[in-house]
Amino acid sequence: MKLTGWGRYGGVETEFVCPATEAALAEALQGGVAIARGNGRAYGDSAVGPVRTVGMRRFKHMLAFDDETGVLEAEAGVLLSDIIATFLPRGWFPTVTPGTKFVTLGGMIAADVHGKNHHKDGSMATCVQWIDVMDPSGQVRRCSPTQNTDLFAWVPGAMGLTGIILRAAIKLKKVGTGWINQTTIPAPDLKSAMIIFEGAHDYTYSVAWIDCLQTGRGMGRSLVMLGEHATPDQLSFRERRDPFALKPKGQKRLPFDPPDFVLSGPVVKAFNSLYYWKGSRGAGTRLVDWDAYFYPLDAILEWNRAYGRRGFVQFQCVLPLENSEAGLTALLGAIGKAGSGSFLAVLKRFGAQGGMFSFPMPGYTLALDFPANPANLALLHELDAITIDHGGRFYLAKDARMTPEILRASDTRVPDFIGKRSALNTDRAFRSAQSERLSL
Amino acid sequence: MSKGAVLILGARSDIGMAVAHKFASLGHPVQLAARNVESLDRAKTDIEVRYRVPVSLHSFDALARATHAGFIDALPALPEIAVCVVGYMGDQSENEHDLDAASLVMRSNYEGPASILAELANRFEARGSGTLVGVSSVAGERGRATNYVYGSAKAGFTAFLSGLRNRLAPKNVHVLTVLPGFVATQITAAMDLPAKLTAQPAEVANKIASAVASGRNVIYIRSIWWPIMMIIRNIPERIFKGMKI
Repeated sequence: MKLTGWGRYGGVETEFVCPATEAALAEALQGGVAIARGNGRAYGDSAVGPVRTVGMRRFKHMLAFDDETGVLEAEAGVLLSDIIATFLPRGWFPTVTPGTKFVTLGGMIAADVHGKNHHKDGSMATCVQWIDVMDPSGQVRRCSPTQNTDLFAWVPGAMGLTGIILRAAIKLKKVGTGWINQTTIPAPDLKSAMIIFEGAHDYTYSVAWIDCLQTGRGMGRSLVMLGEHATPDQLSFRERRDPFALKPKGQKRLPFDPPDFVLSGPVVKAFNSLYYWKGSRGAGTRLVDWDAYFYPLDAILEWNRAYGRRGFVQFQCVLPLENSEAGLTALLGAIGKAGSGSFLAVLKRFGAQGGMFSFPMPGYTLALDFPANPANLALLHELDAITIDHGGRFYLAKDARMTPEILRASDTRVPDFIGKRSALNTDRAFRSAQSERLSL
Repeated sequence: MSKGAVLILGARSDIGMAVAHKFASLGHPVQLAARNVESLDRAKTDIEVRYRVPVSLHSFDALARATHAGFIDALPALPEIAVCVVGYMGDQSENEHDLDAASLVMRSNYEGPASILAELANRFEARGSGTLVGVSSVAGERGRATNYVYGSAKAGFTAFLSGLRNRLAPKNVHVLTVLPGFVATQITAAMDLPAKLTAQPAEVANKIASAVASGRNVIYIRSIWWPIMMIIRNIPERIFKGMKI
């Protein structure tokens, strides 16, 4: 069957198998080159096998939970949305969460995902206590900070290329409520946004919506959103009736693929102005439920269809701190000049790197998506070059179109990663369309 | 607080597992019954971790009629609700030529499920409470060339449930007949099913739980099946026999 990532860009003919047991999984690996796939939320072709794709969704069992420590042991195919539904009512929340809850545990570790608290709590790897990893022969090894430590360092962020994640233990964090105290601060330009971030290190969560089409004096104007888990006494009467914000909220589905003009430059530009204006007027602090705060796009099922049949591509880079301002200025300049951008562009301050091949580094990350058309693909080449010039690198979970040259120019860790793959004997057996494209 | 136990017959199926999760999430202890029940070890732990209800595993073979009474005796408690999702689709073209294969389909979809529900019915009747849920099929509403062996067995099971309901209604025992239509399961994964007519296992489970709570008698899962089956049932036979559906 033909499979794509969440961006619906491209598409690869692959054999898709969904084993239910460890033995069946081991057997599926004997059939040749394969890659594991969770819930298919990586944007590009990270979880599409050039020959065979091994679906992990039938490994969906939770195995144990410790009410004292918040440590959950679960199989790789368990969805984050299930973890939240099960444990938030008991006062536990994921320590690290990406911008969608429809990801699997295995996928979160493989991509070493980051959240709005990365500057403070690090990436997914920091809350993982151990991982059971299957090698191409079907043998399973447990790795942790004390056993098979080398493997433990090379699995998070490796996009499934150093072994198949079978099970893991992660530590959840204790929360008093399901509400977030959100403070919105308008920043008239990029420099102000960065100053706000640098002064907000003590906040648990920080992220900015950035208007990537604004040029000139207001370039990089943003709404910086800071957040903290609310304590029970901070809730007002309305929230107290539902302290963990568990009442089901409506879900919408796009009724059809909208026409292209909806995402044209002028429409997005007008939307951004309105959004910034509205956000500035609504500046200040208010309570937001966890679902709206962490997963605004999840409320629209299949939102990826918004970009039409050709699909869309994501761009996400991180720039080292010392070059962040210059690099972001150049990136925003190029995007503004092209006049093409998305509704949702995100700017965020990162902390330290997690796994040996993980994406984050201390500095600033910029993420935005584009409809996949020739003009935008040309713009992306330009953005690649700017990122490389400023010592930045790219997020493999978002990538669908990089070349091996660009990857190597941006990421000096590539030779080590390839060496590790060959040492682990996974270089021939575990391959994705992405690893083929990038010669990883 | 303590709610009555729910027995799932055929718990290894996707629908059975979804029903188990649903009732566990509502706070019911769950009894999972299936062949090779030891393979449900992880599923048992999973439900216990998620919903903090007791889960027990019970070896059960719908075709081994002689074991059914003993099977019920061995349960930790006589369940409040029993859901039978036992079934076997078989291969129609094989069934046309191999009558042993056809017989297996008939026994798996009718004789076996009817036998275990009959045993449970008598005990529920004696207790004076309980709900029996039989998952039958829209295929039982009219025989078609493409699956009439399976369909005829489901027709028998549907009629059996209807009669059981009639008999037990005065005894405070309720019988729910479920006619799911297409469901996206491991069995149908390879088939190209129309999305609007195809329910997810969790959807089936939700509908069953709310139908049990509200005392419904016969339900489809997606309401679109009601007009479809109404039409299919009413096509005159002289036209129907020439149709390919």
